[in-house]
Amino acid sequence: MTTQTVLAEAASVSGGEAVTFWILAPLALIGAIGMVWARNAVHSALWLVLTMLCLGVFYVLQAGPFIGMVQIIVYTGAIMMLFLFVLMLVGRDASDSLIETLRGQRTAAVLLGLGFAGLVGSGLYRALHGVRAVGLEQANAEGNVQGIARLLFTKYVFAFELTSALLITAAVGAMVLAHVERRKEDRMDQVATMKARFRPGNYPGPKPGPGVFATSSSVATPARLPDGRLTERSTPDILPVRELTAEETSLKGTDKK
Amino acid sequence: MNALYLAQDPTLADFGKDPWWLVLGKIVFAFVFGLLATLLGVWFERRVVGYMQVRPGPNQVGPFGLLQTLADGLKMAFKEDILPRTADKVVFFFAPTISVICAVTSLSVVPFGPMVSIFGHHTPLQVTDVSVAVLVILACSSMGIYGIVLGGWASGSTYPLLGGLRSSAQMISYEVAMGLSIVAVFMTAGTMSTSGIVAAQAHGTRLSLGGWEVAAPGWYAILLLPSFIIFFIATVGETNRAPFDLPEAESELVAGFMTEYSSLKFALFMLSEYVSMVTMSAVTTTLFLGGWRAPAPITTFWAGANSGWWPMLWFFGKVLILVFVFVWLRGTLPRLRYDQFMRFGWKVLLPINLVWILVLSGLRSIEDWQSRDRLLATAIGAGVLLLATLFWPSRRREPRPTLQEQVNSRPHGSFPLPPMDLQVPPSPRTKRVVAEREPANVAAGSDSREV
Repeated sequence: MTTQTVLAEAASVSGGEAVTFWILAPLALIGAIGMVWARNAVHSALWLVLTMLCLGVFYVLQAGPFIGMVQIIVYTGAIMMLFLFVLMLVGRDASDSLIETLRGQRTAAVLLGLGFAGLVGSGLYRALHGVRAVGLEQANAEGNVQGIARLLFTKYVFAFELTSALLITAAVGAMVLAHVERRKEDRMDQVATMKARFRPGNYPGPKPGPGVFATSSSVATPARLPDGRLTERSTPDILPVRELTAEETSLKGTDKK
Repeated sequence: MNALYLAQDPTLADFGKDPWWLVLGKIVFAFVFGLLATLLGVWFERRVVGYMQVRPGPNQVGPFGLLQTLADGLKMAFKEDILPRTADKVVFFFAPTISVICAVTSLSVVPFGPMVSIFGHHTPLQVTDVSVAVLVILACSSMGIYGIVLGGWASGSTYPLLGGLRSSAQMISYEVAMGLSIVAVFMTAGTMSTSGIVAAQAHGTRLSLGGWEVAAPGWYAILLLPSFIIFFIATVGETNRAPFDLPEAESELVAGFMTEYSSLKFALFMLSEYVSMVTMSAVTTTLFLGGWRAPAPITTFWAGANSGWWPMLWFFGKVLILVFVFVWLRGTLPRLRYDQFMRFGWKVLLPINLVWILVLSGLRSIEDWQSRDRLLATAIGAGVLLLATLFWPSRRREPRPTLQEQVNSRPHGSFPLPPMDLQVPPSPRTKRVVAEREPANVAAGSDSREV
């Protein structure tokens, strides 16, 4: 820990740090490029996970182990997981379409992206070239975690509380918007459902099937209740009630005498 | 002697000084420990469950049933490796490996023992330790979810997808409870490094009760009992073990995220489950059960119990007991329903945890007061709590009407009920058979009667 801070302050890069950086930096870049290039939304999210993991390790290398681990736990473990959660529900065949809606959009995007990356990169390089980290030793004097805790609970406590209030408001708001409120008396538990089932006026058993008697096998024939009444509930509603006329019921005279 | 103990405790400065072969040896040891624990764990679980549920298993066959794991391994290796047509091939292949890697990586920050001497090198029995070691464990377990979720998604069918979604919701929920119960440990130990937490559990604080100096127990399982209970419940949820094995609930989801997996890929998932069970037991031991330190009565009689290689014995013993508890839970408890499970996590574990942390920080903040003021403050708090419990408006309702009253109060025209004192008359067929039988040639006793 202390050796790490000393090295970071001295702006010299130790062997292990350099090796780790040169292994992970290309991986992080590949992840970023893959995230943009992947057609499938889930693959895209997975490339982003790779980049975030590499970033977490970079934080650890820069003598900030706490923020590195929090990056992995919170961003990679929780937030990207929620992203993935949503993407999975979209369907696994949902891929980007390759049709350009604006002419020359892709070329322009590549050019602008490269230009922006160049601007940011050169700006950062010129701003930070030869700058030595100052005060890292003091900040990490009692340990990285303790240092962050001290700042969070003294200097930035108000900002921190405000942020948490904002997040809580957002979460509660989302729940209020998405949650269908049901009154307590409307909610029926198992006992209430059973009582309603046996209440007078409700027939608790399975509905009788349509009548299949000796005289007919038609689904339009209503079943008989135990007391001999016909029950209309046994016939499907879409079937018209049809009375046969006397002509229809009489013999057609086609039989051979 | 006391100075010798203290010298055994590794500090953060003791790490990172090993030669490369020692580092390699430690890594291989941790890895092999995970694998061996899986091999023995499968056998152990089946044998214990066989005895608990009184059913045939490795408790019946073979030399102590030891060949069970071998048979399982051979069976899995020779099964056909199926790749579903709709599967996402790359992700389908990598998902089980992610699970295994994350489960094994956690073992690297678990302290197996104190400083020992290996070929002249004075080194701690732990692969490595950092100032945020417990967060490394949390990070590994949160990355381990990816294996399950991606396995479910990449299979390209419905049940695995549902299992994957369930598991991600479940593990994220229970990670919150788990993280909050570790907060109490951080507050008490004042460090996040695992070796530091083990060292902090070495000696309890000295309490003076009415003139006597009493050593409070040092284990956080006793000092922070609510945290310990919640943490252990959360680890069961986090490892997808029964009674929380909802992602693979066979009565609802066939086999959940591993429905489409077969052969060695399935074996990897199984491996990751057992390794994470062992890892979580090891982490629980480290955080709450004093790590590699000998349990209380042993150190009283034998001062050297905490030095040299002996602590590994205590450590493995504690891990074994916790693994037994995992198996015990699986053998005895039925699976929870999904909504009950989520309600339990969010509405029971989480609030209790928050209140407990609040109480704990309150107790910690009055630690440097005068002992009289401190007692007064604690007594007032406890009194308020007691009064609130006593005079809390009871939610007890009217006494339930008896069955006969309910029957009498039914409205006219209700569905007819059989009489309450219904006795089933004997079947006439039974009577005939009895009547036709030859009368037995024995004197009828006082209790004999026809059936």
